[in-house]
Amino acid sequence: MSGTSMIARRRSRTLATVSTLFLITWLIVAAFPFLWTVWGSFKVESDFFSRESWLNALFGVYTEMQTGAPFTGDGYYGAWITRDFWRAVVNTAIVTLCVTVISLTIGTLGGYALARSGHRYAFWILIAALVFRAMPHITLVSGYLLPFFELNIWGHLATSIVVLVAINQPFTLWMLHSFFLSIPKDLDESAMVDGCTRFQAFRWVVIPVMWPGVITTGLFSFLLAYNDFAVTAMLLSQDNQTMVPKISSFLGSIQEQGNVMFAVAAVVSATAPLFLLVMFFQRQIVSGLTAGAVKG
Amino acid sequence: MPHKTFLAFILPAVIAMLLFIALPIVSVIVQSLYVEHEQVLEEVENCGPFGCTTEVRVDAEATAALKSADPLGRFNGLGTFFNRSHLAVSEIGVILADNDGLGDIAARIYNLPFYKALLFTLSYTFIVTPLGMILGFLIALSVNSVSQVLKGPVIFFSLLPMIITPLIGSLILFWMINSQGILGSALQALFNDPTLSLKASTPLTWLTLFVYGVWTAAPFSFVVFYAGLQTVPGDTLESAMIDGASRWERVRYVIIPHLGPLATFVALVQLMDNFRVFEPIVGFSAEANATSLSWLVFNDLQGESTQLFGSAAATSLLTIAGVIVLLSPVLVRTWREFSNKA
Amino acid sequence: MKHVLSMAVSFGALCIATGAAYADCGIEAGSVRILSNDFEALRIVASEAEECASDTVTVTKNQTEEHKNLQVPALTIDPAEYTIAMVANNSLVPLLNDDLVQPMDDLVEKYGQDLLPNQLIRIDGKVMAIAFMANAQHFFYRSDILEEAGLEPPTSYEEIIEAAKVIQDQGLMEYPLIASNKAGWDLAAEFVNMYLGTGGEFFAPGSAEIAINNEDGLQVLATMKEMTEYMDPDYMTYSANEMKADWEAGRVAMMTEWGSLAGATIDDEGSTPEITGATVLTAAPTVGGGDIPAVALWWDGFALAKNISDEDAEASFQAMMHGIRPEVAEMYPEAATWLIKGYEPGAGAVGVVATANAGARPYPMSPYIGLLHTALGSELAEFMQGNESAEDALADVEAAYTAAATEAGFLN
Repeated sequence: MSGTSMIARRRSRTLATVSTLFLITWLIVAAFPFLWTVWGSFKVESDFFSRESWLNALFGVYTEMQTGAPFTGDGYYGAWITRDFWRAVVNTAIVTLCVTVISLTIGTLGGYALARSGHRYAFWILIAALVFRAMPHITLVSGYLLPFFELNIWGHLATSIVVLVAINQPFTLWMLHSFFLSIPKDLDESAMVDGCTRFQAFRWVVIPVMWPGVITTGLFSFLLAYNDFAVTAMLLSQDNQTMVPKISSFLGSIQEQGNVMFAVAAVVSATAPLFLLVMFFQRQIVSGLTAGAVKG
Repeated sequence: MPHKTFLAFILPAVIAMLLFIALPIVSVIVQSLYVEHEQVLEEVENCGPFGCTTEVRVDAEATAALKSADPLGRFNGLGTFFNRSHLAVSEIGVILADNDGLGDIAARIYNLPFYKALLFTLSYTFIVTPLGMILGFLIALSVNSVSQVLKGPVIFFSLLPMIITPLIGSLILFWMINSQGILGSALQALFNDPTLSLKASTPLTWLTLFVYGVWTAAPFSFVVFYAGLQTVPGDTLESAMIDGASRWERVRYVIIPHLGPLATFVALVQLMDNFRVFEPIVGFSAEANATSLSWLVFNDLQGESTQLFGSAAATSLLTIAGVIVLLSPVLVRTWREFSNKA
Repeated sequence: MKHVLSMAVSFGALCIATGAAYADCGIEAGSVRILSNDFEALRIVASEAEECASDTVTVTKNQTEEHKNLQVPALTIDPAEYTIAMVANNSLVPLLNDDLVQPMDDLVEKYGQDLLPNQLIRIDGKVMAIAFMANAQHFFYRSDILEEAGLEPPTSYEEIIEAAKVIQDQGLMEYPLIASNKAGWDLAAEFVNMYLGTGGEFFAPGSAEIAINNEDGLQVLATMKEMTEYMDPDYMTYSANEMKADWEAGRVAMMTEWGSLAGATIDDEGSTPEITGATVLTAAPTVGGGDIPAVALWWDGFALAKNISDEDAEASFQAMMHGIRPEVAEMYPEAATWLIKGYEPGAGAVGVVATANAGARPYPMSPYIGLLHTALGSELAEFMQGNESAEDALADVEAAYTAAATEAGFLN
């Protein structure tokens, strides 16, 4: 090791400290509202949403007064037992799983074709997809209502799944297209020289290298379906409701008192499984890295 | 790639988009060119729990006859686009013809709903998009250098602003920034101003919305850039290190060029999403101080009793036009990349 | 028109609870499909109606806040997706405009023995909807604060402003007033309420021509603006639920709040006994020396879809009659201000009853009031923040409404 690299190493140590400090600050900013919510979900509404002082949320003045203990599971009980939140969870699981799988399947095929085709129409498809994505969802959904009622397909999970896949397709295509572009063309071409068909090259050579892209895109498809309100609130019947419209129904309306703590508890419990999911997803990205390195 | 293979690969995606997006867009275009039929009105006695009144109602039969004669409505051309709720051409003509200087022109144009919404929408887009991307990139770089064990939880917590449904996320933050909330009180103590309220004035409301926007947008850029960092070729980095490149130089000359196409993509998506900003406005009850184009669409469709489909269609199309203008630099860049590839 | 609700009360003695565990609604066969908003009282009615389900009768429901967006397309198709649409004053209008609901006179005669005459919504003489609960904003005040300030309970907005000044001057409270001035629906509702109190009309008789740009309109705006001087600086973000929270925290002394939130405000949750014990519910205040309470009265009820078979129509009507039978109001007296026979108003309902008996006017059912409401909600915000004159604000409302009404075909 030479002297310059010693300096470089010292400089990189300062940089590492700065970057760690930065990351810690960010994590506090990102996670604090959620942690505050987790804490608050065990309080009553007049503590967590206090108009007197935020200290009430810390000490649970009214929680103590109303339930006799500083913490209460009333929000969770209300959401899960009284208002059948589990049903919405099941529906959400079905919708998100199907949307993610279908989106990725047709999206990887399409994105790959767009990235490898040099024809002009491929570019125009990409542009059209972009224009499609610019459309405000609420306008699209209000247009669906009458035809869906007429075809008698309104209210079913399958309808919402197909709509979400379609609405999400421009994004999926663009994202996967960008990822495919970063994979060298020689890879699949040499496979085809070795006798693979285009599809075989795609399936057995390109996709294994693509995992980081596919998983990342999948994460976004998942979150889109998971957090969607415009489509699911308007296109699903009450029995098929997913989590977000259900949570919104806990909030009450202008003239009617809702039960906000049900909503808070529901949000907290809905976030827990995502933790596992993200852990899994993170490991997949790393495995994608190794796969990419092997080919290097 | 031959046409036939291309078609086979892309067909499912194209069918889905044609059926559920292109077709509705066509109907939206048609809708925006028409206005409702003239409604035939009649006065009737109307009795309920609180007594009787004389009210006007729509003569449903007579109106239905008009409708069946011409199901689309009355053709209005681009009239809806130019009326006061949209581009307000004649109102602007009046303002330009008779005013007390530039300040007056600006104030009066800002008083028109479309331009008021447009100003906020553009400000939001141009402030939140770059800041969100830079923040996301910095987070991605920092997370990339964290030890393997910590990576999972760190990624999860970094994603939280995006994961929590905006419906509840903004509600909770809205209460946290109350003057009695934890963040509101903290800010009051910090600036030593017990009357400070983030919700009372237009500039502070905008600032709050921008900060919230960056907070929710950063995780998206972070994830994409983080995934992109995993594909940076190790040998290039190593050779750069052997050449004595500092960390900054490696970022500048190896990582940033490698993430170029992804950055284009992120910019594209973020510009578009921020241009369609809607949820934070409702979540923070900020309608008095900030409206956006998407909010105008929502306002037309959520009308108490009459939904203004034509008006919503026109605003939606203007939104699309805005997005295309906004994205044109990125599109040109894509076109160049595309041509190089071919 | 007065004493309408007290009449409902006087029937109380006639009613005998049957308490049948197993419901026999007398329906032979048919399908009942209910679309409604999603809140407690409507959930009760729908689940009571569900009791009518049997081997030959199916009862399904869809309770969602999106009901207003769904009802027109859902009832347009034939057969309609829903047989029953639960509606209020304003949400019945789009169904009437498109001719999607049918008159129920025959069914009322056949199965409506338990209905009171004032429950029937008659339009041009035909029963188009049946109301079962009422709602209105009305006045809440803190008797302890007013006493401490040496004030009589105010009965008009002018007196409220004076009282607020006294309370503020004496240092009893920093911001004694609160109102649901959140831009959008709430702000517009405040204007509509107060304008109703002036006795003025919103439109020129028999037409869609707007008529609020006058002395009454200016007076209403001046009053609304003057009140904000005694409100928290965040006043443009308050809706009814946040008002309730501020009330329970003891930060305000007077407000005009929804009757449907009254029960939850005075119960023992979320507040101290000192505050709830001193909370008095009374009729809505008047404005500008008039004697009409300055609020809109609302009803919730149901309408029968047009595009359904006679069998389903009959079954649906009978199921709904079971859903709003007198025992329901008796079992759940606190859930709503029922209009049902035999209902005794609970502690939370006295304000609504007092307001209705004082002669408040119902929320207008004209086809274009919704367009005006939307225009008010967005165009008054700048005035309320002090960035625009009242005259300009009303001119803006008129321009926005005219553009919308022209597009909707009400104006040319």
